[in-house]
Amino acid sequence: MPADAVIEARAARKVFRTGQQTVVALNDVSIAIRKGEFFTLLGPSGCGKTTLLRLIAGFETPSSGQILLNGNDITDAPPNLRPVNTVFQSYALFPHLTVRQNVGFGLQMQGVAASEITDKVKRALSLVRLEDLADRKPQQLSGGQQQRVALARALAPSPEVLLLDEPLSALDLKLRKEMQSELKRLQHELGITFIFVTHDQEEALTMSDRIGVMSKGSLLQIGAPREIYNHPVNRFVADFIGETNLIPAEVRNAKATIVRNVSIPVDPASPEGAHTLAVRPEHVRIVPVSGDVPLTAKVGESVYFGTDSHIQLLLADGTEIIARHQNEATGGEVPPPGTEVGVAFAPGAVQVLED
Amino acid sequence: MSTGETKEARRDARNTWLLSAPALIILTLAAAGPLLIMLVYSFLEPGKYGNVVWEFSTGAWVSTVLTRDIFDGTYHLADAHLTIFWRSVKLSLITTIFTFIVGFPTAWFIATRSARARTALLFLITIPFWTNLLIRTFAINQIIRNEGMLNTFLLYLGVIDEPILIIYSDFAVFLGMTYVYLPLMVLPLFAAIDRFDMRLIEAAYDLYASRLQVLRRVILPIVKPGIIAGSILVFIPALGAYVTPRILGGGRNMMIGNFIELQFGQGRNWPLGAALSVLLLMIVAIALMFYVRAANRDAPHG
Ligand SMILES: Nc1ncnc2c1ncn2[C@@H]1O[C@H](COP(=O)(O)OP(=O)(O)OP(=O)(O)O)[C@@H](O)[C@H]1O
Ligand SMILES: [Mg+2]
Repeated sequence: MPADAVIEARAARKVFRTGQQTVVALNDVSIAIRKGEFFTLLGPSGCGKTTLLRLIAGFETPSSGQILLNGNDITDAPPNLRPVNTVFQSYALFPHLTVRQNVGFGLQMQGVAASEITDKVKRALSLVRLEDLADRKPQQLSGGQQQRVALARALAPSPEVLLLDEPLSALDLKLRKEMQSELKRLQHELGITFIFVTHDQEEALTMSDRIGVMSKGSLLQIGAPREIYNHPVNRFVADFIGETNLIPAEVRNAKATIVRNVSIPVDPASPEGAHTLAVRPEHVRIVPVSGDVPLTAKVGESVYFGTDSHIQLLLADGTEIIARHQNEATGGEVPPPGTEVGVAFAPGAVQVLED
Repeated sequence: MSTGETKEARRDARNTWLLSAPALIILTLAAAGPLLIMLVYSFLEPGKYGNVVWEFSTGAWVSTVLTRDIFDGTYHLADAHLTIFWRSVKLSLITTIFTFIVGFPTAWFIATRSARARTALLFLITIPFWTNLLIRTFAINQIIRNEGMLNTFLLYLGVIDEPILIIYSDFAVFLGMTYVYLPLMVLPLFAAIDRFDMRLIEAAYDLYASRLQVLRRVILPIVKPGIIAGSILVFIPALGAYVTPRILGGGRNMMIGNFIELQFGQGRNWPLGAALSVLLLMIVAIALMFYVRAANRDAPHG
């Protein structure tokens, strides 16, 4: 086991049976989450993110495999005996209690002395800047405020690990951005391990120390945002994180053949054979046609995005590539549709995918 | 505010009253009328062969709780009446508590089934309402009387040598009332539990609450409106129960309802019957006031 892992899943598998159907929600997932990191589980709807979180919280027991906390097996421990708290997507605030009582609930259940509860609740409320609303009932709060109560309630008992299941998905864009930086700030200040679930790749990239990308119950790749963005292991990750051009190619001897007789250099460690190349739009350059540039394309539609434009390029065999073109104040012109241009890739930008 | 607006508001108010007038009149006549008659009768003299004599008297009210010694004319507490009051209140309370203890898990079970099973189960709960109360109560009588099904069966098995004496006891009345009023507890509890957000259980469990604490600190306080409604729906009719104590309690184990009936029948003391009825109403009203106030002390707002 990695020495600094606070939570570890070992070949955790979860199978749900509903009638005749069986759903493999988690397919032997192994993961070690480091103490104090902001870890994000990222993946499309139904890929098993919530299920993994529920195994860690203790609401479900795995069909097979283990969950460990600081090296101790807690697979069968009930949620109330785990120093792990959850911020639920639906907030799940207690409607019969005030904000203050909601935040103090965990401490009260732990049997903490009343005076200490008062102190800790006050601190938790000031962390999320809700001191003024302490005596309201949850129904009297806005969505964003309820969200912060849920956060304060989960933080008040000082858990070792905080689980957040898409806590921001119900908020509008502006509030969402605000809460994102708020969460980052809290995580820095408190040094608590955060396991954060989202299906928003931008949110994952901006907030996380590390990201685990999931699909169909499996963990496909774990790594820092930069690593996942620049070196996706497969088609799914490349496509899910950011925008990517996927180009079929034949790889041999550190060269990838894209269209007839045109090949470009790739990492010599790349796998050989028929593979897909991944190139980010910002790494595609439009250059004048010349002998030095083997690859040419016809300019198609372009879409204006404000700071930049996306330009469609059609290769000789019909493959479509998108290039991102920075719009400069001086007006770096976008070539008109139909123009024949040369296409170049930034050095090291072409990634050969395993599948 | 301009005069035009006030005029309009006044006309709206008048129309509202006019429109609700028929309903209000019927309500007044149907609800307040009989009560008023009761109140008036309770301050009159009893006639020799029933009915009332139109002469003001507080005699009926005095005799609800006191009896006059026929020799020296002094007043004593009417033990027989108080016993009946006490039995009524006690049996109704026990019935309410017991229907809650049985009804809560039942309602919880129903509320946590699939939509289809739920409809079927609720339907089953209402089946007893299809038959007349009298017939159902006689059916219970059939089961628990000394030569009834229960005793015959137990004797046949050899579990007992002599019939167990259940019928014509407070216990029999309690049993009958629990059976009769159970659906009235289950239905409002079901409605409350159905609205309960089950995710709160996980939230509480996640915040270090034990199973018992989840029940006491989260579930019960939130479904409290259902508990209050169910308790009221059981306690009030139980307190005034007539058929059940009559058939299962025999003549000796009377409740207020039977005692009142007695005054209008063989007792030929209509004013006393009327005074007892009003007294019953007051007991219920006071009990309700206390109960609702106590229950609402920390109920959720809104
Ligand atoms: N209690 C359950 N019974 C049956 N199937 C379930 C249950 N819970 C989850 N599943 C199935 O397991 C799979 C994973 O579900 P999960 O809730 O973990 O997805 P998710 O990644 O959190 O999705 P989302 O982003 O939509 O929340 C889904 O196919 C889902 O239908
Ligand atoms: Mg989910």
